[in-house]
Amino acid sequence: MTDDEFSVPAGSVPAGSVPAGTDQATVRVTARTQVADDVVALTLEHPQGDRLPAWTPGSHVDLVLPNGLTRQYSLCGDRWDPFTYRVAVLREPTGRRGSAWVHDTLRPGDLLGLGGPRNHFPMVPSDEYLFIAGGIGITPLLPMIRQADMMGAEWKLLYGGRRRTSMAFRDELERYGDRVRLVPQDEYGLLDLATWLGEPREGTKVYCCGPAPLLAAAESACSPWPEYTLRTERFTPPELDAPARKGPFDVELRRSGKTVTVDPDVSILDAVRGVGIDMLSSCRQGTCGTCETTVLDGIPDHRDCVLDEAERAAGDCMLICVSRSRTDRLVLDL
Amino acid sequence: MTSIRQDAAALPTSDIDPFDHENLRDRTPMQIALREAGPVVYLNRYDVYALGRYDEVGAAMVDWQHFQVGAGVGLANFHTEKPWRLPAMPTESDPPLHDAPRRVLSKILSPRVLRRVREQWTADAEELVERLVAAGGEFDAMPALAAAFPLKVFPDAVGLPKEGREDLLAYGDLVFNAFGPKNDLFTRSANRLAELSAWVTTLCAREVLAEGGFGAEIWAAADRGDLTQQQAPLVVRSLLSAGVDTTVHGIAAILHAFATHPEQWQRLREQPQLARVAFDEAVRWASPLQMVFHTTATETAFADATIPKHKKILMLLGAANRDPRRWHNPDAFDLTRDPSGHLGFGMGIHQCVGQHVARLEAEVLLTVLARRIKQIEPAAPPRRGLNNTLQTWESLPIRVST
Ligand code: FES
Repeated sequence: MTDDEFSVPAGSVPAGSVPAGTDQATVRVTARTQVADDVVALTLEHPQGDRLPAWTPGSHVDLVLPNGLTRQYSLCGDRWDPFTYRVAVLREPTGRRGSAWVHDTLRPGDLLGLGGPRNHFPMVPSDEYLFIAGGIGITPLLPMIRQADMMGAEWKLLYGGRRRTSMAFRDELERYGDRVRLVPQDEYGLLDLATWLGEPREGTKVYCCGPAPLLAAAESACSPWPEYTLRTERFTPPELDAPARKGPFDVELRRSGKTVTVDPDVSILDAVRGVGIDMLSSCRQGTCGTCETTVLDGIPDHRDCVLDEAERAAGDCMLICVSRSRTDRLVLDL
Repeated sequence: MTSIRQDAAALPTSDIDPFDHENLRDRTPMQIALREAGPVVYLNRYDVYALGRYDEVGAAMVDWQHFQVGAGVGLANFHTEKPWRLPAMPTESDPPLHDAPRRVLSKILSPRVLRRVREQWTADAEELVERLVAAGGEFDAMPALAAAFPLKVFPDAVGLPKEGREDLLAYGDLVFNAFGPKNDLFTRSANRLAELSAWVTTLCAREVLAEGGFGAEIWAAADRGDLTQQQAPLVVRSLLSAGVDTTVHGIAAILHAFATHPEQWQRLREQPQLARVAFDEAVRWASPLQMVFHTTATETAFADATIPKHKKILMLLGAANRDPRRWHNPDAFDLTRDPSGHLGFGMGIHQCVGQHVARLEAEVLLTVLARRIKQIEPAAPPRRGLNNTLQTWESLPIRVST
């Protein structure tokens, strides 16, 4: 493959445009477009027009809304354009106030806090990709599709939604022709994953993003496939068993020389903040990775979506916004 | 004789040869000449564009869209020349090929994972230092400390067999000479090219890498499908070519710095927690990796120049790390400085993925030394080594007292 196959924005490069740090930087909303019935796409730029931090397909950013809410959105624009990000926001009727605020109040020119980008849904190399999107779950897959196409991989997309007009980015997907199959539920019913996936084969990767029932369906449809075939991203934390302990436990903060008791209805994060420790957090749902903390002693009860099995087993770090303790006492490097 | 020509409209042009022995032995005059000639200087001997100022080097490094590495990070231009070995991964690959190897390595070499080796490395450092003290405290720090320590702990962490480890230095010397022109230095190390390349290839195989090491972790990532089976040995190779010499010469740089700045050594002894800052300051001050090349993807307007497509860009890291536009009193080695943002590890998506490893090696060694050693002083004048892209010492005789 030659470099020429990748398009590069032509023109001049501002010197000295080293990207801003990723912690609580700011972006300006420069455009807002309705891309489906209940979906708006936002274009985000650095307030001074500098480069934004680099990202890879599958990444998300945290947007900190002026009302204090933090929300994660997948980047669905063009990574070769270093000056703009694009995200798409679905108005969620049952959602907390974030998406409604974006739809009703946010206007071009507004500033938002930015966290990330981070990638917990990375694209791994393969000769064949099968993409499955449910509704707004199309967003992280868009840059992956573009890249799979660019690399000359075999790929196809199965894209389900409630109705045709509720499905974002249909126009952008049109140019891929037959590779893309749109399945509005009111026309065709639910996705038939097993038929579409076909016979299990080595080396293929299945990428699925969408609501929890779709992920569950993908998991069962992929069960005859080789291990590590399926890669998923969830927008909502997974259903978890009840916490390992019912009662309170103690957390020692070794660097600060403090100990705090964490009651069942309080997160470690809030308990730690309560004794005056500055601790950065973002999603508070165990999905973003911001609050990762080193564990010096004790066994965490991991309840996040960030760490993989090996990292959980190692037990030397935890996401304190959601995870708890299996032991009477945890010692943290705080 | 070198000169710099400045036409009103044209780019400053220079016939300086950055790889000339004289310039390799003392790079300072060349660094100053090129940095002060302009933000972009055309080197007519090699048909390359040189950047020596901090802002421009940093900006070009983060701009992976325009300044690519897929055509090699040395002088050779893979658009027109065949590379001497398979291009390095992730070092010489651009997105999207760059993504997966980079991600795998940054996980394996993350501070989170490295915490597990700290204790062992401290014990290794203590043993080494005790041995040198017991032997009288006067030694050539280049082989005895700067090379000996990384050559013990790093191959152990990678999971390499014990035999032949000294040859990793010869391989590194070859790799970093090969980033320059095909001059006598390259020819000298290329004598062993076939033999060393074949040997290093055997070290990258799954069977020889001990369980639990970085190498085995890379293969495990390939088994999970995070890398392809073809990428795995190349990613292991990147540890062996980029992870040894750079660290060895980084540690040599800081030992030289402390031997020649006794007041800074006293400062470290009083505040041993400065060890990390001290190492980064030494990397800024001495820039073990002196230069790296990128290649324009397309015709690119940059600073006051228009650089044609597929031209090699020489980034003078050593010059940028001493650019007075960025650094106050840049030639001073000073532990009170905040060296953050130095370009010794690069910048942007290709920034040294092993930097946490290098920092930990240096921090552990310095902490042990600071506890044990009252004074470090030169025992004889040091002797520069010659390498096309690394700033090295051949010999660094020092005396330590406890
Ligand atoms: S704040 Fe997001 S994982 Fe804890």
